[in-house]
Amino acid sequence: MRRLPANLIIGGVLVAIVVGVAALSLVWTPHPENAMNIRGKFAGPSATYWLGTDQLGRDLVTQLMASARNSMAVALIAVLLGGSIGTVLGLLASAIGGWVEDLVMRFADISFAFPTLLFAIMLAAVFGPSLQNAILAIAFINVPVFARVARASANQIWTREYVFAARAAGMGRFAISRDHILPNIAAPVIVQATIEFAVAILAEAALSYLGLGVQPPESSWGRMLSEAQTLMYLAPQLAIWPGLCIVTAVLGFGLLGDGLRDITDPRLARER
Amino acid sequence: MTLLSVENVTRRYRLPRKSLLQAGPMLTAVDNASFRLEAGKTLGIVGESGSGKSTLARMVMAFERPDAGRILLDGKDLNALAPADLRALRPRFQIVFQDPYGSLDPRRTAGWSIAEPLRATGDTARAEARVAEALEQVGLRPADAAKYPHEFSGGQRQRIAIARAIVTRPALIVADEAVSALDVSVQAQILNLLMDLQDDLGLALLFISHDLSVVSAICDDVLVLEHGKTVEQGAADQVMAAPRHPYTKSLLTAAGLT
Repeated sequence: MRRLPANLIIGGVLVAIVVGVAALSLVWTPHPENAMNIRGKFAGPSATYWLGTDQLGRDLVTQLMASARNSMAVALIAVLLGGSIGTVLGLLASAIGGWVEDLVMRFADISFAFPTLLFAIMLAAVFGPSLQNAILAIAFINVPVFARVARASANQIWTREYVFAARAAGMGRFAISRDHILPNIAAPVIVQATIEFAVAILAEAALSYLGLGVQPPESSWGRMLSEAQTLMYLAPQLAIWPGLCIVTAVLGFGLLGDGLRDITDPRLARER
Repeated sequence: MTLLSVENVTRRYRLPRKSLLQAGPMLTAVDNASFRLEAGKTLGIVGESGSGKSTLARMVMAFERPDAGRILLDGKDLNALAPADLRALRPRFQIVFQDPYGSLDPRRTAGWSIAEPLRATGDTARAEARVAEALEQVGLRPADAAKYPHEFSGGQRQRIAIARAIVTRPALIVADEAVSALDVSVQAQILNLLMDLQDDLGLALLFISHDLSVVSAICDDVLVLEHGKTVEQGAADQVMAAPRHPYTKSLLTAAGLT
């Protein structure tokens, strides 16, 4: 058994913590979500409130856990949605070629010209602030990313002899895409999905910070940051903790994606 | 009736442009090639790499179209057929490739791959029994159908590729360097297998190789290609005994046959 790369292990551990906490919040939090204790606002860490309370006396740990869950849910739905559409477009572009391929790839080029986050913010702003629109915006920016990865990988697979054998058998290009191309491009697509998950978490935080993402009373790291910024001198910990959570989640998924690429990409594997 | 008839086939490719304003030069990969292959016979196409022999194979398999000329199988022009008609004709001609590691999908079992030509034409009645039969015909066990390609050796994989090619009972098999990537002892086994199958099933073989010694051993006729041009064509023993073109002579010398 080959030794696993360090980024895979560290990323895996960070992701496990974040996902574990998010999953735990579904069944248990230290305090009920959004339970306020106005008299106990800005409390410091204690046995009751492990990290203290915020400006409304809500338990910080509970808020952070609920935020992790909301963040994961948004990122998961958005990446699955955008990733599926993008992968299918990439497969179609590769299978059909000609003007269809040109059209899909020029569309991808155009959307790549926009900075990712700015584009999501623009979309969410145009369609109005709601959780649904935030998810759609993040999904949308994922479409060209996956279309490119899927097309590039698929083009390689189309030159394999087993694909020619399938053509000799009389298989059509859509059947070949389903039977041979998709299973053989799964690895790079999954790697990309992991990396895009990190981008999606960051995008969700940014949108929520601007009030375009997760809406009250649901909590989100980005919303916690924006609420805490006016209180930075009074209670800096209210901004520091959600900030750390965002860093942990983004770093975790980024490292995990890099690590997965290292072990699945045969070009890199041979060098080691 | 002639099984496969290749008539004055030419294929050109445009090379990448060298300067901004000029289109790239044209390369004639196959230049006016013609041959006939009768049912049950073997035709060898010989040439070095770059001679156009694989391009010819791809055109015979209708993976690409010739720029000029016709390719007829059972008297039907492959490039004039409607897609559905071409698909219906596919079970009649199959191909075995060079690379036993690249010709099987690593994510599919041997049985799945062998049954693919049956599924493609919707001819799935008794598919399992026919896959088992094909495996036995190539010297493997029916139980091997459940295994994945990485569990087999190179020679065994080539047997699986041959099983996939014969499962539809084709009249023609194109063997594109089908033994070139194998060890010499395994080469002999696979060649014997192909010749046995030819006798049993009445297959015609279009045997494409750079190796004249292999071709001379199994072919009735040969066609020698150099840079896309047919330089010599005729009965195998005649060409071997009295090569007329210097290129054929040099190939014979290279193969250690003179």
